[in-house]
Amino acid sequence: MSTVSETTIPIAELRRSQLRFRGLEAGHRACQGCGQALAARLVTEAAGPDVMIANATGCLEIFTTPWPQSAWRLPWMHSLFENTGALASGMEAALKAQGKSTKVLAFGGDGGTFDIGFQALSGMLERGHNVLYVCYDNEAYMNTGIQRSSSTPHAAVTTTSPSGKARMGKRHLKKDIISIIAAHHIPYAATASAAYPSDIRKKVRRALAIEGPTFLLIHSPCPLGWGHDGSQTVEVARLAVQCGLFPLIELERGELTSVMPLRSARPVKDYLKPQQRFRHLFQDDTRAAQELEHLQALADHNIEVYGLRGTNADPLDSDGADTVRRGGMRWA
Amino acid sequence: MPQALEGSQAIAQAVALCRPEVVAAYPITPQTHIVENIAKLVADGKLNCEMVSVESEFSAASVVLGAVAAGSRAYTASASQGILLMAEVLYNIAGLRIPAVMTCANRAVAAPLSIWNDQQDSMAVRDAGWIQLYCADNQEAVDTTIQAFRIAERCELPVMVCMDGFTLTHTLEPLEVPSQEQVDGFLPPFSFARTLDPRSPISVGTLVDPNYYSEARHSHHHALLRAQEEIIAAADDWGQLSGRHYGGLLQVDGPEDARLGILTLGSVLGTLADAREEYPEAPAAKLIKLRSFRPFPVEALQQACAGLSDLIVLERALSPGGGGIVGAEVRAALSELPDAPRVHNFAVGLGGRDVPLDIYPRLLAAAQSSGPTRFAIFDAELDRLPEGDR
Repeated sequence: MSTVSETTIPIAELRRSQLRFRGLEAGHRACQGCGQALAARLVTEAAGPDVMIANATGCLEIFTTPWPQSAWRLPWMHSLFENTGALASGMEAALKAQGKSTKVLAFGGDGGTFDIGFQALSGMLERGHNVLYVCYDNEAYMNTGIQRSSSTPHAAVTTTSPSGKARMGKRHLKKDIISIIAAHHIPYAATASAAYPSDIRKKVRRALAIEGPTFLLIHSPCPLGWGHDGSQTVEVARLAVQCGLFPLIELERGELTSVMPLRSARPVKDYLKPQQRFRHLFQDDTRAAQELEHLQALADHNIEVYGLRGTNADPLDSDGADTVRRGGMRWA
Repeated sequence: MPQALEGSQAIAQAVALCRPEVVAAYPITPQTHIVENIAKLVADGKLNCEMVSVESEFSAASVVLGAVAAGSRAYTASASQGILLMAEVLYNIAGLRIPAVMTCANRAVAAPLSIWNDQQDSMAVRDAGWIQLYCADNQEAVDTTIQAFRIAERCELPVMVCMDGFTLTHTLEPLEVPSQEQVDGFLPPFSFARTLDPRSPISVGTLVDPNYYSEARHSHHHALLRAQEEIIAAADDWGQLSGRHYGGLLQVDGPEDARLGILTLGSVLGTLADAREEYPEAPAAKLIKLRSFRPFPVEALQQACAGLSDLIVLERALSPGGGGIVGAEVRAALSELPDAPRVHNFAVGLGGRDVPLDIYPRLLAAAQSSGPTRFAIFDAELDRLPEGDR
């Protein structure tokens, strides 16, 4: 299969030779290096063709469907910002009534999931709808121009949590959404990262094999909003995992069942430094130093409570697992 | 054979006869009895559908939207604050041209908090792009609910059936419940051309830029205007099947040569009809029931009002700082007539205020005594207010 990556093959032939299903087609209008576009492509590839999608308002909706064009090869519907959990519930109820096995996927960003759409999501989970809800977490309202959400990390700068004489960026903590989701005791909830494609695929397939509500939170860097180069998306996402700020975990019925171990935890500085949104933490300022310590403490806390510290080199740990940098198994 | 049924119970049975596959609702007075009765029909195995008891009206409307998009007939009901919480989704359902049906058990909107009847709730969403049909009694509400599904599905437009809270929803009356055969003969199985289907994927709810938006709005407006034909056809066809007809867009009752007319929506019509018998000495008046408020039947209204010297428009809502909502639209429609009647616009029965029989002669007297009243809340007792508020 290695020849497929050669660019000399005509596109039609390439399509025919593709062993994987493409739910989200190329040619959409996402920014270069968009973590959400990458993650959504991976999710739909893994999910296959027998699904329908309820999509919250946000970048993914906007960049894929400027009328009269659409990048979707799947039945796809956008209604509003805050009703995606309920929209998906309705689709699922209809399919159930019709005796169909088509699976419903719900897609939202962190704004549509942690904040404005949270009630509808909680209702969907509580009622046990057979839906996989995927939250593409880029940690701010990127579609409206980088405003803070309850998912924005502590001390990160956004246009509504700027830094200045009196402030060091966002004053509050990132909402621990996965614990809140887990408290619904749904069959399966997990976190994933745009840097680990085969881990995303594995988790999507696992979720779709389960009857009932499932949830996947995918850390999806936004080069524009985070202020890093578009070519660094995967690297930045990987560092978030490797420093412990974004642990990759799986929970079944609310209980932690698996984590991706860290071969050697990187300091949070390595993750923060390439991002403009944390630039103010690297100036000569005691408050900046305090915030850095604070963020390191948050990462250490994650490593502790989730037991992320690996003991030996593991092919599936944060250094061994398939990443885009290493190519991985192309069709895995 | 007529059965004694509460309005809500009858609506639940009518909905069940239409074989919805998904019903979603959140409780709010005075809609609760409708969904409780549907839930009981489901629990008793008499209605085979997915009953989704959601966590808000916002989600109730959203579930219905998703269900219809995925190919199922779906229904919800609400009132008052619930309608307002749904408002964003109601616009969305209509703009996406989703054939859903809902009942609005009309109730006042807070503040001040009132659980009682007026029509401020449905009037607040009149611009959402739904068809709105107002019912004068429970038999009409039952029959209109059945017609609503056919109208919605033929026009690819959502339909809101409005019935006055408590006055209708909680009143026990002898009613004819149609048979399943009658309904099946009238309403074909659900089919929707733009169903989401993995075998032929479509994208619904896309971003539309200024190059296309005006045309989308025009199509929607035009579809509502065209829906007048389907509203009339549904009333006629159902009339043939059931023997009951309530007018298509509106209904006129009274002496042909009457120079006075009263136009209203909903259950006040029954009060006025009774009052007309109670006060035979009052001047002859036509009663005009506006059944379809959206689409607004301009031509039918002009016809109905031709020859009138004075028309009283009675409504149970207002646009504060503006005046009557229905009154303003009626005035605009009649202004095209060469001898347009004078329009007297009153609100009555706000927040459940009783509308007594003697309002009829008082209204007629008010219309004849002086120049037209632009707008007034007819039954407000101003001497109970501080001087500055009168």
